[in-house]
Amino acid sequence: MHGSRTTGSPYAPHTDDETAAMLEELGADSVDDLFDIPTAVRFDDEFGIEARTEREARALVESILESNDDLTELLGRGHYGYYVPSLVDHLADRSEYLTSYTQYQPEVSQGFLQALFEYQSMLVELTGLEIANCSMYDAATALGEAATLADRLRHTSGHRVLVPDLLLEGRRSTLENYVAGTELVVEEYPTEDAAVDVDALTDRVDEDVVMVYAENPTVRGTIEENLAAIGELADDADALFVLGSDPVALSLLQRPADVGADVVVGDASVLGLPTSYGMGLGLFATREAYLRQVPGRLVGVSEDATDRRAFTLTLQTREQHIRRERATSNICTNQAWVALRTAMHVACLGASGLVDLAKRDVTRAEELARRVDEIVGVKAPVHDRRHFREFVAHVDQPAQAVADDLEERGFAVHVVGEHEIQLCIAGVSDATLDEFVEVFEEVAP
Amino acid sequence: MTREGTRYDQARWTNDGQYEPLLSEKDRTRVEIDGDDSPLPDELTRDALELPELSEPELARHYTRLSQMVYGIDSGPYPLGSCTMKYNPKFTEDVAALPSAAVHPDRSAASIQGTLELMYRLQDYLGRIGGMDAVTLQPPAGAAGEFVGVRVAAAYHEHNGEGHRDEVIIPESAHGTNFATAALAGYDVVSMPSDDEGRVDLEALEAALSSNTAALMLTNPNTLGLFERDIIEIAEMVHDVGGLLYYDGANLNALLGRARPGDMGFDVMHYNVHKTFATPHGGGGPGAGPVGVAEELEPFLPSPRVRETGDDSENAYELFEPEHTIGHVHGFQGNWLVLVKTFAYIARLGDEGLTDASAKAVLNANYLASQIEYDVPYGPFHHEFVASAGDQDAADVAKRMLDYGVHPPTTKWPEIVPEALMTEPTEVESRETLDQLAAAFNAVVDEDDETLEAAPSRTSARRIDQTSAARNPRLSWHALEEETATDSSRTP
Repeated sequence: MHGSRTTGSPYAPHTDDETAAMLEELGADSVDDLFDIPTAVRFDDEFGIEARTEREARALVESILESNDDLTELLGRGHYGYYVPSLVDHLADRSEYLTSYTQYQPEVSQGFLQALFEYQSMLVELTGLEIANCSMYDAATALGEAATLADRLRHTSGHRVLVPDLLLEGRRSTLENYVAGTELVVEEYPTEDAAVDVDALTDRVDEDVVMVYAENPTVRGTIEENLAAIGELADDADALFVLGSDPVALSLLQRPADVGADVVVGDASVLGLPTSYGMGLGLFATREAYLRQVPGRLVGVSEDATDRRAFTLTLQTREQHIRRERATSNICTNQAWVALRTAMHVACLGASGLVDLAKRDVTRAEELARRVDEIVGVKAPVHDRRHFREFVAHVDQPAQAVADDLEERGFAVHVVGEHEIQLCIAGVSDATLDEFVEVFEEVAP
Repeated sequence: MTREGTRYDQARWTNDGQYEPLLSEKDRTRVEIDGDDSPLPDELTRDALELPELSEPELARHYTRLSQMVYGIDSGPYPLGSCTMKYNPKFTEDVAALPSAAVHPDRSAASIQGTLELMYRLQDYLGRIGGMDAVTLQPPAGAAGEFVGVRVAAAYHEHNGEGHRDEVIIPESAHGTNFATAALAGYDVVSMPSDDEGRVDLEALEAALSSNTAALMLTNPNTLGLFERDIIEIAEMVHDVGGLLYYDGANLNALLGRARPGDMGFDVMHYNVHKTFATPHGGGGPGAGPVGVAEELEPFLPSPRVRETGDDSENAYELFEPEHTIGHVHGFQGNWLVLVKTFAYIARLGDEGLTDASAKAVLNANYLASQIEYDVPYGPFHHEFVASAGDQDAADVAKRMLDYGVHPPTTKWPEIVPEALMTEPTEVESRETLDQLAAAFNAVVDEDDETLEAAPSRTSARRIDQTSAARNPRLSWHALEEETATDSSRTP
């Protein structure tokens, strides 16, 4: 039965004897005979990739990544490195979760389906909207999907999508790619002191607008004060009001349902993932009225043959594998495992833990702004508004030089203008913030 | 197959009427948010938040129990056709979890030379494996890669004054994502039937091609597991009308080291690195869908990309914007942690391991196809084959296979084969396991409809009513509570 393993892939379990017996069964002389590839397109060269032992492969990755500097990141602007409890890593890494596929056979996938159902429920609670899907790729692609949803719902009434001029380039550009196949046109509306300029927006909203997008908090960390007014403007024009946010902010700031939001998008992986070079989890919640037009997977409740409650993927006739070119989205592989991690992180925090975290995001950002404002050559915050998690500071010195000096001393910050840097407290300890202020005092003047 | 043989039974956690309570049924804690102890004025905050609040041990048990009601590749064979469910080495999880892998996407290039080097080297690996001149790592999944490929093709045509090309040709047997992607990108889909042998029908292709053709999307081997032997002719026909040839990389595992899309005439392709190069599927994601292109399409790739700076300083790598870039297709740089695992996997296997992976995947598919009693039309097969359940309902066959302790194949697709059972064992199954799988197929082949319809009976949950879930959508615990409230109000 056993014998020496064939060399080659370390994860192919075949012994030489087994391979020979299987080939004999097939009447083939060698594995090569099984490849039905015309000679003209056969690859008879090598990739030039050396095979390595596990230890060597691991050492290679370690040695490459070793050249990354170990910096304390006061970075945010759409990606946040909150501390993730160990429980999340240990439980999400259980191999049943990690090595399963999309739940096409719900009878052997109950656990994952229930966890995703719980994730959807958490988003429903956080947004106040009736339904949430169980993931998009990230905030930018979720925004793109919101626009195509608006197009499906309102394509006869108009073609303009309004976004704030402060929108991150990666989001704006992704949105442009998503609407490239539609008649939609993306237009900017102005912000004033890092908040929506409602008068200017009013001038731009008319019957031709199908979607108005705003963010809370904004990319500059300010808390938007006019959400209800924006929601009304959108509603009057029969446009969808799409709000960008995230689970931490949503646990404290105005509830989207209460300000007239029709869709909430954003990055849910602020909880569940460490900074992972931009990897995310697209949050997508909306009203029940749009259920049949929603993109992405939905987990619903049903019963099994013994009448017990059971979970299953549902409304799959919206999806690409059934509806093909008439699907509501082309998404197939999504971010399910990240959604599991996010749900676990939310569960670890609980309602009070989550609200406390959000409150501290306000107090600690405002406290850091006060402290750096006392430094000679620094004014903070630049915007005279309430802040969440991050803020912009004016520096008298060229911002890039300040950032370079800070980086020399172990701190990464954003440069957002010639004399403006942005600082974020998410995931940074109080002790580290103390160190940062000391270093900043030396660098800024 | 004897019922006493090696088989897998799932844990069953019972709790009156349900299998494991929802978190919300264990606890609901409502936190009021008011001005007194809030750092923000009332008008900027919500009124309250209500979520479960449980201790860490309670959560550990909840999520452990749930995991025991999930079947993964580590539980047993998982021959889902076109999904390439292969075993994933554990060390790749460890390298992806390295603290040095966790960096913010807005870090300066100088401070993350390691991240950029790894990306650069992975681009290079993938280019060599696919026979492509340039690669972007940004697309976060295969379908996202398709979208990038089609958008790049559109930008290329537009740039050449050929913006009128508004059709994408797709074989009827293709992955559903191809159709959805082409439509999302604004193209009219021209669906193309297969020939009698399950391959591209050259006459049908000729009829579909025109000066409006932007691209033909093709996977090779196709979803029936068949190699498109006429690929050179197909490429010529598409190129002759000025169209581009797009390679759907979902089936690349069958070709590693044997043939390369670039050599076959494909101009643009995506790699499902989570399939071909083993990243755990995580219950449906995350994956990553890098896109490779021929030289003339390189200027249109998404921004930013990684390149060598060419100077001798410590900063050997930098990000740059391709000349005619389509822009971003993800907010940052895609699913980075998946890319780390991909790189580690390729570095582990090398030429020898990659070539052997496709050899064993093809051997396993052909061996399993030869051992099952269901009708298996067409052939010879690469890494997957499609059997027909004939008079039986393929979905019922799948449910019954669960009782024999294995995960069933993909069912009812592609539709070319009636009651399709699309099976892909991958290279990681031993002959013994393949024999077990074959025994499961062969046990079901003679069973009557009544038995099949009653299945499964040995899984954690019994047959689940899909219709009721869709007819009465309850998508959150809030919806369940509303339902309960409504029900009790109706009780006299």
